[in-house]
Amino acid sequence: MAYNPIQHHIVKLPSWRRRLLLICILLGFAGLFARGIYLQSLHKEFLQQKGDARYSRTLALQAHRGKITDRNGELLAISSPVESVWASPPDVKITATQKVKLGQLLGIKSKEIDKKFANLQRGFVYIKRRVSPDLAAKVMSLGIPGVFLQREYKRFYPAGDVTAHVVGFTDINDKGQEGFELAQNALLSGKAGSRKVIKDRQGRIVEDLEDVKVPQDGHDLVLSIDRRIQYLTYRELARAVDLYKAKAGAAVVLDAKTGEVLAMVNLPTYNPNNPVNIQGKTRNRVITDVFEPGSTLKSIAVSAAMEFGDFKPDTPIQTAPGYMKIGPATIHDTHDYGVLTVAGVIQKSSNVGASKMVLSLKREELWSVFNQLGFGSRMDIGFPGQASGRLRPYKSWRPIEQATMSYGHGISVTLLQLARAYTVFANEGELMPISLLKIKDAPVGHQVFSAQVANDMKTMMEQVVLPGGTALKAQVAGYRVGGKTGTAHKLGPTGYEKDKYVGSFVGLAPASNPRLIMAVMIDEPTTGKYYGGTVAAPVFSAVMSDALRMLAVPQDAPNNNVVIPPDVEDVKEAI
Amino acid sequence: MFSKLIQGIFKHIDSFLISCLLFTLLVGLFVLYSASGQSFNRVSAQLINIGVALVAMWFAANIQPQLLERVAVPAYILGVLLLIGVALFGDISHGARRWLNLGFTTIQPSEIMRIAAPMMLAWFFARREASPRIRDFIIAAALLATPVILIMKQPDLGTSLMITASGFYVLFLAGLSWKFLLGGAVSIGAMAPVFWSMLHDYQRRRIEILIDPTQDPLGAGYHTIQATIALGSGGVTGKGWLNGTQSQLDFLPERTTDFIFAVFGEEFGLIGNLLLLILFSLIIVRGIVIAGQAQSTFSRLLAGSITFTFFTYAFVNIGMVSGILPVVGVPLPLISYGGTSMVSLFACFGILMSIRTHKKLVASG
Repeated sequence: MAYNPIQHHIVKLPSWRRRLLLICILLGFAGLFARGIYLQSLHKEFLQQKGDARYSRTLALQAHRGKITDRNGELLAISSPVESVWASPPDVKITATQKVKLGQLLGIKSKEIDKKFANLQRGFVYIKRRVSPDLAAKVMSLGIPGVFLQREYKRFYPAGDVTAHVVGFTDINDKGQEGFELAQNALLSGKAGSRKVIKDRQGRIVEDLEDVKVPQDGHDLVLSIDRRIQYLTYRELARAVDLYKAKAGAAVVLDAKTGEVLAMVNLPTYNPNNPVNIQGKTRNRVITDVFEPGSTLKSIAVSAAMEFGDFKPDTPIQTAPGYMKIGPATIHDTHDYGVLTVAGVIQKSSNVGASKMVLSLKREELWSVFNQLGFGSRMDIGFPGQASGRLRPYKSWRPIEQATMSYGHGISVTLLQLARAYTVFANEGELMPISLLKIKDAPVGHQVFSAQVANDMKTMMEQVVLPGGTALKAQVAGYRVGGKTGTAHKLGPTGYEKDKYVGSFVGLAPASNPRLIMAVMIDEPTTGKYYGGTVAAPVFSAVMSDALRMLAVPQDAPNNNVVIPPDVEDVKEAI
Repeated sequence: MFSKLIQGIFKHIDSFLISCLLFTLLVGLFVLYSASGQSFNRVSAQLINIGVALVAMWFAANIQPQLLERVAVPAYILGVLLLIGVALFGDISHGARRWLNLGFTTIQPSEIMRIAAPMMLAWFFARREASPRIRDFIIAAALLATPVILIMKQPDLGTSLMITASGFYVLFLAGLSWKFLLGGAVSIGAMAPVFWSMLHDYQRRRIEILIDPTQDPLGAGYHTIQATIALGSGGVTGKGWLNGTQSQLDFLPERTTDFIFAVFGEEFGLIGNLLLLILFSLIIVRGIVIAGQAQSTFSRLLAGSITFTFFTYAFVNIGMVSGILPVVGVPLPLISYGGTSMVSLFACFGILMSIRTHKKLVASG
């Protein structure tokens, strides 16, 4: 190579500058690589998480909520699929005509749609929930980007307000709010599954990942309720509440042998298919409300006296002069019955007679009967909002209290507790456990009274519905029935309220071999009639008359057995 | 005969440089296929761009550096005139005035300037090679500032910055004194607060977001945040070709052009990242070798400027995608989709090859 002075000159000068630049380049690339290490290995997990959050979504797969049926498989609650229309506002691209059509289909004003779509910070807004699958398909055929469907289930209650308090209802998120829907929510709702998907920026599902959890459908629930008897009870109770312009009413029908609840009705009621303005109507009074039962407790107190004392149905009791002083207090009958047999005490519902019998018992004897019958404690029926009632410890009882408890004052119970107590008279002294679910095996009872006492009382209660008794209107054509009326002042905040009553009746039928037990309570009748024999007994009669025939229970009396003297309109009862 | 023809055709092609370039282009095509949502149309369009670019490179490689030196001044003057034409009659698209309609075709004169500006400065210093004086640098700075300001007005921040860089490299290699460099840096630093106080609030806000994109995650910062997420999701080994979720699912903006490195990083990971940096380094080292062996001041300055400008492109693009530099519109050389930039880039590589292959002729002659 020839020597070239110019070449020599020009190469020499900038070589260190080139090297400096080369070092800069190396440092620059090293910096980039360091940044790469930071992002791609040190900070990787955070960024990957962020990345996943951008595209992977876990969609809930709703489990099908179990259905609720009555004991015969009749539907009381069932879920049907509906679609909810929702949108991802940042992805929505909608034309003016599409907006009009969307509004028309869903019945929403354009302004409201604009408002929902304006919420660009949120990735999820409902446009309208729970529309029919048909309508949903029409909405989707508009092809608006960013508008999607979500499958949901709507609960439907075929029996509506008739079974409202037992079945309850679910909220818009399919969660139980009342009744069995609430009590057995976990069982009914099953386990929601999930599906992991990859979505692109427009929210379209690009790919299903394999990570699918199949939803576990909820279990079905078979109630002990018999829908037919429930309807009957509802109809007759509603008639009575309407006729006597009562504030409320409640009734429960039990299978006398198994303790299963065949009907449980409360008024006022509500429509669980559209639970709006339900304030104060959702209470299942049969189990949540306690009341002083009045004379319906007399049959139990008198049985206790027969069990522990020396009384037979024909033992005479002096009730003259129609009242009785215990300390400063006085117990009254409606009039002076003179000498009554024990059976007469029940038939006439004599407070004086019952008090005298009960005062011959030790306090703990009476208490133990009440306690064994379940008064003052909650039942094991798995139902929300149960009240326990009030049974004070016997050590604090004064004699007057022991006496008034014989006719159901100073003690409070729920209607269901009262009905259950009467199972002893249908099962030779054995108390049956209560079930709101259909049971397979006959339950084991608990002996409270001897068979002799229980059967005697059952026979005596038959007298109550016959002429001379307090519940003539409880009679049923073709069947012998027994029962006991009750009428009590309501307990207000300042003691007994003078003109507010609860009229009740508890009875069993047929008397020869009881199949059904029914307790009826009419709360605050306002037409001037309030005796249990007047307002509650007819409900019993009407329901039993149809229910016994429906269940094909053999008659134990001729069809013309009903005797109601024309002059006896309203049999007075001691309160 | 035939082999002689082949030899004649490839006489001025530098085999090492072209191998590195073709390999990088191939990588780029794979990334583009993935980034475009597996669009063959995009890839074939890019293939046409590459074809045109290679032809441009071949022509540039076959032009003697002496000829380039001679056309430097006319090219520069033509470029400036065209830029003035753009400023007066240019077509507006996307809010910027960059294109000039010549009746039969539209051109982007700023791309011409990418080559013409460093050529002009190299020519200028080649005339004053003995010992350039301060006055010469001031003239050179003015020569550089004219096109840069015109392009900044379009506005095209990315290109004007790159041309500034290419001009600066010429000045630096020509022996710009340290006092000047230091003085320049200090005066810019001193001017910054004054400049800042003159800005409107919204302009300040824009600059703040440019520096810290997380301040505006849904707006201007969105690009950078998505890009760093894509890179990070790739991890060390990457998610594999076509498996990048951020890029495939449309979360990344401009993922075939300025932000294609995010797609690359997500799918090929840190290892791919390193490989690409090595490829770029090989190209740059080759360019520096060529510059070092160049036999005229003009070719040396031009080759150095071209090489360092290429580095600057790669550095700025990768830096902005990985969130250490503010977002300015600069494509990733050899990888990003685009015709014009590809052609001007390969013309530059052609010039490098020309400088390499023609020096022997000069030396022996």
